[in-house]
Amino acid sequence: MAEGIHRVVRVAEARREGRAGVTLITDGALPAEPGQFAMIWLPGVEERPYTIVDDAPFTLTVAEVGPFSAALTALAPGDRLWVRGPYGHGFTLTGRRHLLIGGGSGAASLALLARRALARGDDVTAVLGARSADLLMLPWLYDRLGIAPILATDDGSAGHHGTALDAAAGALATSPDGIYACGPEPMLRAVAEHARDLGIPCQVSVERVMRCGLGVCGQCHCGDRLVCADGPVFGAGVYLEAVG
Amino acid sequence: MVAMMVDLCGVRLRNPLVLASGIWGSCAGTLVRVGRAGAGAVTAKSCSLAPRAGHPNPTVLDWGGGLINAVGLANPGAEAQVEMLRAARAGLEPLGVPLIASVFGHSRAEFVEAARRITAAAPDLIELNVSCPNVEAEFGRPFALDPVAAAGVTEAVRGVYEGPLLVKLSPNAPDIAAVARAVAAAGASGITAVNTLGPGMVIDVRARRPILSNRVGGVSGPAMLPVAVRCVYDIAAAVDLPIVGTGGVRSGEDALQMIMAGAAAVGVGSALYREGPAVFGRILNELETLMQQEGFDSLAAVRGCAHG
Repeated sequence: MAEGIHRVVRVAEARREGRAGVTLITDGALPAEPGQFAMIWLPGVEERPYTIVDDAPFTLTVAEVGPFSAALTALAPGDRLWVRGPYGHGFTLTGRRHLLIGGGSGAASLALLARRALARGDDVTAVLGARSADLLMLPWLYDRLGIAPILATDDGSAGHHGTALDAAAGALATSPDGIYACGPEPMLRAVAEHARDLGIPCQVSVERVMRCGLGVCGQCHCGDRLVCADGPVFGAGVYLEAVG
Repeated sequence: MVAMMVDLCGVRLRNPLVLASGIWGSCAGTLVRVGRAGAGAVTAKSCSLAPRAGHPNPTVLDWGGGLINAVGLANPGAEAQVEMLRAARAGLEPLGVPLIASVFGHSRAEFVEAARRITAAAPDLIELNVSCPNVEAEFGRPFALDPVAAAGVTEAVRGVYEGPLLVKLSPNAPDIAAVARAVAAAGASGITAVNTLGPGMVIDVRARRPILSNRVGGVSGPAMLPVAVRCVYDIAAAVDLPIVGTGGVRSGEDALQMIMAGAAAVGVGSALYREGPAVFGRILNELETLMQQEGFDSLAAVRGCAHG
């Protein structure tokens, strides 16, 4: 790809994620570690951080939450988007048996991790939760990878009736080597505390409003850490200390 | 051993390196972490009387020779800032790291009221960020470009604050020495030199438009070091006040240039990009080693020695 602060990629496929948003599969590659993020710029609209769902082809999943995500979800095949990154510290696989817990759009941050773990021949269990069936994100991608994800919804419209952590009880009982979570902050805290109590290594991916994405401005602080530079993935112990 | 202790406007710094405003300074946790990493003093993000949302992204870019930013002085306002500064001070005091509060306004009255409120947090020093547009001037000409306007703000803030007062000047002033003389006469205790260069612009040729949402932004990082060193040199020749030499410093050698130009302390900002707060320990080590190699046993012996 050509020089420049941002590289330009085109949307190859836009895939609807129920009522939750859209997954954009592009025609470019952005080599990255699982859990890293990229800044996506739409000229004249805005620039925001998105987790890298896949790096080849570069893929991102957009939850519809505001004007910028609405502009992204309106993109059609052939449309351009401007990308810089990858940034931040991602996940590190520990051991060979992994439990991934994703709440809502958190499923997006764990997808590349699942792919890399499978490529190593590791055992991967994924639990994906959402408020309702039509807000579940990326179950198709996990299916495609060959992991039948355990689903959980708050209203019982798909999978387990309850939280992703509830639905993970069976998998937790098998003492996985590592737990990896991304989702709403209360979920992250619950997973981190649970993992600590069980003595299982755990990493969580944290979301914050970002400006520079470069570890300069200090906007995305989480305790004494910056999510863009120190994170977005933190060890559960560091995370629990940072959020107090 | 080289003595690294510095007296900055009557405030003791364990070393001359100061975290510049606008970097890692939005919350107490990150300010304290920078103090723990070895900074001699830390400057909080600049705050105004009322909260400001700032500009939409893109606001900060790495253009290849450094950074360019137009964050738009996003801040939570003086009231909320006081709470943040208090928490930061509580964490910094045991470390022996002074806290510098930064204040800005778009009129003299705004500066005064913001500064007055910030005194409630009892920062060790207050820095006036006079590079923002003055709404009372023609075309909103920034205070920092005009000796009379910059002195007016300094004098007005002096009416509500008697403590150590730094005024942060702009490299874009046509005669920065004149601005320095004016703020010195108006009661500044020291000068921070300098703010970002420019404004500059970066255009994405594929988008055919400026990348920053504000179109233009302040240029910082290595590209501006020679300009900043010259500003410090000019100011040191013009006034007898301590100077915090800031702009593009990322090594011990850069810091030594600043001190030889006449700086009492050295600001570090954009250099935290990539390296994080560990940059302070590295620059300090390099500075100490270089001073030993060059036969200096104190910062006082270095200060201003480039003025022949």
